[in-house]
Amino acid sequence: MSSVREEGKDQIIFVTKEDHATPSSAELIEEDPSDPYEQQGLILPSGEINWNCPCLGGMASGPCGTEFKDAFSCFHYSKEEVKGSDCLEQFRAMQECMQRYPELYPQEDEKVPQEQLSETEQTTQETLDTNSTSNIELDSNTTQPNTDSSVES
Amino acid sequence: MLKCRTVWKKLAPLARDSSTLCRQDVRRAGLNNGSAVRVPAAHMSSGSAGGGGENKLYVLLVGAACLGGGIYAYRTVKGDQQRYMERMAEISSRPHKAASQKTAVPAQSEPPAAAATETGTVPEPKPGAAPSPEEPSPAAPGAEAAAPSETTEPPPVDSTPASTKVPSHAPYLLIGGGTASFAAARSIRARDPGARVLIITNEPDLPYMRPPLSKELWFSDDPSVTETLRFKQWNGKERSIYFQPQSFYIQPEELNSAENGGVAVLTGKKVIHMDVRGNKVKLDDDTEILYDKCLIATGGVPRNLQAIERAGEKVTKRTTLFRKIEDFKSLDKVSRNAKSITIIGGGFLGSELACALGRRSADFDLEVIQMFPEKGNMGKVLPEYLSNWTTEKVKKEGVKIISEALVKSVTYKDDKLEIQLKDGRLVKTDHIVAAVGLEPNVDLAKSAGLEVDSDFGGFRVNAELQARSNIWVAGDAACFYDIRLGRRRVEHHDHAVVSGRLAGENMTGASKPYWHQSMFWSDLGPDVGYEAIGIVDSSLPTVGVFAKATAKDTPKAATEKSGTGIRSESETEDTAVSPVASSTPAPAVEQQRDNYGKGVIFYLRDKVVVGIILWNVFNRMPIARKIIKDGEEHADLNEVAKLFNIHED
Repeated sequence: MSSVREEGKDQIIFVTKEDHATPSSAELIEEDPSDPYEQQGLILPSGEINWNCPCLGGMASGPCGTEFKDAFSCFHYSKEEVKGSDCLEQFRAMQECMQRYPELYPQEDEKVPQEQLSETEQTTQETLDTNSTSNIELDSNTTQPNTDSSVES
Repeated sequence: MLKCRTVWKKLAPLARDSSTLCRQDVRRAGLNNGSAVRVPAAHMSSGSAGGGGENKLYVLLVGAACLGGGIYAYRTVKGDQQRYMERMAEISSRPHKAASQKTAVPAQSEPPAAAATETGTVPEPKPGAAPSPEEPSPAAPGAEAAAPSETTEPPPVDSTPASTKVPSHAPYLLIGGGTASFAAARSIRARDPGARVLIITNEPDLPYMRPPLSKELWFSDDPSVTETLRFKQWNGKERSIYFQPQSFYIQPEELNSAENGGVAVLTGKKVIHMDVRGNKVKLDDDTEILYDKCLIATGGVPRNLQAIERAGEKVTKRTTLFRKIEDFKSLDKVSRNAKSITIIGGGFLGSELACALGRRSADFDLEVIQMFPEKGNMGKVLPEYLSNWTTEKVKKEGVKIISEALVKSVTYKDDKLEIQLKDGRLVKTDHIVAAVGLEPNVDLAKSAGLEVDSDFGGFRVNAELQARSNIWVAGDAACFYDIRLGRRRVEHHDHAVVSGRLAGENMTGASKPYWHQSMFWSDLGPDVGYEAIGIVDSSLPTVGVFAKATAKDTPKAATEKSGTGIRSESETEDTAVSPVASSTPAPAVEQQRDNYGKGVIFYLRDKVVVGIILWNVFNRMPIARKIIKDGEEHADLNEVAKLFNIHED
């Protein structure tokens, strides 16, 4: 059983697991996925890429930002059977650029960009709130365990 | 012209007469020897008056007048030209004197180009010397005289390298080099391809994040942490506090020439004046920079106690106002040498530093004291019962807490600082850390004509973070309108990120208001780790829903959950054994009741939830954010608490 206590203006409730076993009766307002005010995920409702998505980290804004945008755009709009197979030129340019900045783009990520990008597309299309489920390690969150925050690294 | 003609007409007969007279004189003179008879006839035909002598005088006078006039005219014209040349030379040398390094350096590095600008053929964008190019252009000969004198004049050595780095125009100008500024830079670059962003900061460092300065950096095992400034994240990976390494940025002098633009950081420079009409700012070295869009993200300066400020140099020298990297470095050094450190302030920063230093106290034989006016740690944030509980936990970190302490005066005596409290208590210590709040930096408000908020401080901006056309403000310095929660000013890291990003979006054409609510967090020892969102003010009525402690809910579990480095394994074994049992002889039920292991606390304003704390409960922030966004009146908050599933991991 839950216990309730009052300490002045503050109310304190202790609950057991059983107390919270029944579903909540609290009502939440339905979300509008195309709300312009909301922080968007990787893909906007219009189908375009949101370059400002926290999940991309600094990829679109760094020295190789232009190359990255070209490559990812090409990949995103690619209609080939093997998605992105017509974008090799852009990916090569991107890798070339990244190699010039080993500090920013660690070398082990060399082969990964194309795979990572396809992963990103899949996962972010599945989830509504991309903040908590990004699995790109491009620019990981900093201090708190909750990846939800919009922390930039 | 007509005047000239009339004058000429009048003078013409006179001239004719005088010339005839001259000729006649000559003839007369010449013919005096010859026949004098023929002369009168010639003389008569000219028809002019006067006898011979008078004519002579007349002629002489006119001639003299003409000559005098001619000489005067010649001298005046020549003198004017001379003066003009001198003036031109003086003007073109003036910008040289005022900012001699700027004109001299390009003059030195590109002598032909400099000469060309002097002659006014090519309007070159000389760094900072905007007014001068126009003036030398008309005075070609004069300027050429001036140019060689400029090139030979030796420029002051120290300012030469700085001047070359400053572009005269930056499409996106960000004043301040902290978290908000960096977030805005990133946002601008993501949305505007090829954007050229210039960040100006008066710190010597590139943009970095502050939270680790009072948390993770203190728990690092690396002895060179004060140099590397690297820490371990929750996922085990190490990173630097700098958002990006040097290679991410481009040099300021490359800003306008880089093909795809970039972000340039100008360190060690302060913007002292802002001309909104002219769309330009002036730095402390008199450089002017034009901008298209400007962000003010000047953050703030730590407040100090009056008692310390008027206590004299001996006291202020032993006081740290903690905010920057250099403060971290100096406090680290102090903590290794001093015997006693007192932290004044019981809020986030004060409590975090107290815990960090408290943890060191055992290793370094250091006494750590924390004093504040409230009854317990985080007294302004947590409801009283939780604040008291937290204070006990902080004490376990090795901190001596002096609560309800108001500082009356501080003096330096016998190589110690003596803090006299208003209730008579005296505290002796070696060093003081003052964590008593932040004063937002609104120095530019006056020159820019920007409004300052009298309630919260900071620049007053609208819901879209805009102060005036082309000027936005983000971060600690922004007092903004929050559509849901009302006007406020937030001094947290995540807010700086969210507001910086939003400002960047709006600077690149979006018109989005502040909507995604930022969060904040704090860790105080192995048992206290929380995340919060919205207005979390202890003066509001609260409803706290806590999980009844079971054997499974050990602090060690919380350690793994939060994953932060400060929860060391050894300490948790210790505290798990004897939480409250030793202090209260109450039955087991009571013990559990007072153990606020994990839960959710709702802060209410007019029955609407405006703030939520997730107490030792993680990965639930989206739900909290949703509840605040909805802004609904919930009849039973226990039902709302169910949404958080606090009993699960």
